Amino acid sequence: MPIEIEVNGQRYPINYPPETPLLYVLRDELRLTGTKYGCGEGQCGACTVLLGGAPRRSCQIPVSAAAGKPVTTIEGLEKDGRLHPVQQAFLDAGAFQCAYCTSGMIMSSVGLLQSNANPSQAEVVQFLQGNVCRCGTHPRIMEAVRHAAKMMQEHGR
Amino acid sequence: MSNVERGFIVEPERYEFSASPIHQFELARRDFFKILGAGIAVFAIAKDAAGAQETAPGHRSFHSEELPKDISAWLHIGEDGKVTGFTGKAEIGQNIRTALAQTIADELRVPFESVRMVTADTALTPFDAGTFGSRTTPTITPQLRRVSAAARDILVEAAAKEWGLAPQGLIAADAKVTDPASGRSLKYAELARGKTLAQNLPAEDPITPAAQWTIAGKPIPKVDGQSFVTGHHQYTTDIWLPDMLYGKVLRPPSFGATLTSFRQSEANPMPGVFVVRDGDFVGAAALTQREAQEALDAVKAEWREVPQISNKELFAYLKQNGAAKIEDRFRKQKGSVQEGLASAAHRLDVTYNVAFIAHAPLEPRAAVAQWGDGKLTVWTGTQRPFANRDELAAVFHLSESSVRVIVPDTGSAYGGKHTSDAAIEAARLARAAGRPVKVVWTREEEFTWAYFRPAGVIEIKSGISGDGILMAWEFHNYHSGSSGIETPYVVANQRTEYHAVPLILRSGSYRGLAATANHFARETHMDALASVAKMDPLDFRMKNLSDGRMRAVLEAAAKSFGWPRKKTKEGQGFGVACGFEKGGYVATFAEVSVEKNSGAVRVARLVEAFECGAIVNPDGLRNQVIGAMVQGLGGALFEAIEFENGRIKNPRFSSYRVPRFRDVPEIEAILLDRKDLPSAGAGETPIMAVAPAIGNAIFDATGIRFNNLPMVPNGLRPS
Repeated sequence: MPIEIEVNGQRYPINYPPETPLLYVLRDELRLTGTKYGCGEGQCGACTVLLGGAPRRSCQIPVSAAAGKPVTTIEGLEKDGRLHPVQQAFLDAGAFQCAYCTSGMIMSSVGLLQSNANPSQAEVVQFLQGNVCRCGTHPRIMEAVRHAAKMMQEHGR
Repeated sequence: MSNVERGFIVEPERYEFSASPIHQFELARRDFFKILGAGIAVFAIAKDAAGAQETAPGHRSFHSEELPKDISAWLHIGEDGKVTGFTGKAEIGQNIRTALAQTIADELRVPFESVRMVTADTALTPFDAGTFGSRTTPTITPQLRRVSAAARDILVEAAAKEWGLAPQGLIAADAKVTDPASGRSLKYAELARGKTLAQNLPAEDPITPAAQWTIAGKPIPKVDGQSFVTGHHQYTTDIWLPDMLYGKVLRPPSFGATLTSFRQSEANPMPGVFVVRDGDFVGAAALTQREAQEALDAVKAEWREVPQISNKELFAYLKQNGAAKIEDRFRKQKGSVQEGLASAAHRLDVTYNVAFIAHAPLEPRAAVAQWGDGKLTVWTGTQRPFANRDELAAVFHLSESSVRVIVPDTGSAYGGKHTSDAAIEAARLARAAGRPVKVVWTREEEFTWAYFRPAGVIEIKSGISGDGILMAWEFHNYHSGSSGIETPYVVANQRTEYHAVPLILRSGSYRGLAATANHFARETHMDALASVAKMDPLDFRMKNLSDGRMRAVLEAAAKSFGWPRKKTKEGQGFGVACGFEKGGYVATFAEVSVEKNSGAVRVARLVEAFECGAIVNPDGLRNQVIGAMVQGLGGALFEAIEFENGRIKNPRFSSYRVPRFRDVPEIEAILLDRKDLPSAGAGETPIMAVAPAIGNAIFDATGIRFNNLPMVPNGLRPS
């Protein structure tokens, strides 16, 4: 009996072995490549997805552990063709350079704002500490998260 | 003032020592229009090549099917009015896709949205040596402007012909040509319709001065930003082709090791799994990354290792192994250092050490290779697509026209993606498998088998007069390089030498090259001299500087920083550093706080003023400048590659520390826009003064001088 996982509201039977990290199933088997490989040891945050609504490093989770919990990837954030406020905030702030870390930054930030609608600067820093940006876009990412929090509070999303 | 005028040529990147000559372009004219559709194409010929080709003045149509050689830039105006600009430069996060499109839109007088850029594709774009040395803005921007200006002239001439008028007096603006006398106009799209008109020009058309720019100079957001926030952009690592396999490479246990025996434990690997041995190369390709890795794990390989220099003996080795003979271009002498020192009131001699560091681009090296009809196509994140093409052609004994290298917008590079390793690996495996193969390096491979910013030893001997004037300056750099080696300060007696040392670890380009090491040593030393002279560090610098542009960035940054500042809390310190390189001027001020008990050092604030001539896109520039400041902070405080017996000891993000959110201070970037000066590049110079500014602030806070990079990997405790 193959494992089945639910990603962005759609169910997929999985042929990869159950201990395969979720990251490689998403990228190589399902070809949802918005989730990035950066280190394979849970140290850079590029592979962050929401698992049961909470941000998780998909390189550290066997796909078998993802069965039964909805997975949301960067591709699943848009609703009805509209960007998620966090995506919009990153776009508005120009909070990327090479943008390879952006998916993970956005997914971590969505996770943060779901559990803490109005985080302090220190809380954002703490939460994003595990996400690496090598281009040094950190100040704009901070600005984007603040801006997203504001938008989400104003629009009740 | 160029580096050449200053007496040193720009430091060749290490991998550019073997840079290939300009090759002829293979695309035939009919192919060009087949790809882009009908319209008007304009080509700029490199200035010195133009005269040799044809002597006729002004614009020329070419008659042969071959495109002219030595073309430096071109663009195409389609029948739908869409404009496509072409450059061999690669987009690696520095935002040239946006800045170059702005340049074309500005000069051609079309809306920004109607311009797109085709970048770094050896089959479609002009030859380019590589995306490095902060060269895109100073070289490609004016070329694209000249092509755009010529295209505008061609459109005006076409409209004039249509109306039976003289071209003089017609106006090109808003994507159309207008006759002000009658008020009639023709859109560029209409003028391009039905044409396959290709014109080339000697690159001499006058271009619009920066003071009159309308689209360039504006903070236009990154092109295709939406595709990045939605995860839709396809980096090399994201490419998938039908039938594609995933490749893995067996790495030697240590640098320099050679394969002495090779045995596959399974006589026949699983179906769909290919194992290749070719010389010292062993790799596998399979339907999944895991299967490819398992196939390699099943290989029994033995290697012969060779002794290698280790961390602990590094600096002594560098000092002892400088080349006996120094090339003239790497030495400069003025006056007599000996006499200067003899007449100095104070002397200060210090040695500075700089560790190897890694680029650690978040997207690791990767390539997808596909063979077909004896031709090879490779998608790879590289800064040197044409050099990659040439290397692939050489390795696989192909003609250059049989190899196409395409660079998708890449997950950063910082000087670290010049080589073609992943491309060759993927192509080798794809040839064996008869199917496309993707190779993505692991983080550990990236930290081990890429290359590093070279370590270095810098020795400075100096003397000042009683009132704080530099009397003598002797500067020796061993191994790290000559970029930014020359002092911008006025010194009558000086001697500067770069001593090449054989490579210890595979070393190459890095954002700013050796300019960071040389500025760290020089600006730390200047601060120490200011202490000796009992002068304010900024006043001391100003007293010894004559360059107005350098003084301007120092003044602008000092004002925003609030220099001189009074300390308001324990452990607080302030520092300054400045420099000039690659056409840009930078001054950085730092505030640090040092915790008394733990010795932890925190950078609280960085203020940097940067001036690189006329600014093309202030938004992109700000991102680059702030990014360089954050990246520079890592090399200043804690980044260092540790190695022993040919092995990297910290090849992971868990053991190699890079700047993270908690490390990032309050940052301010002041951009001085000099519309009267040509635009210089900005990718590198903003990183140079960060380390010394921070070190000088630590000294101000603690009285302790750190003369080695990284300065405080373990706080103030000795490392």
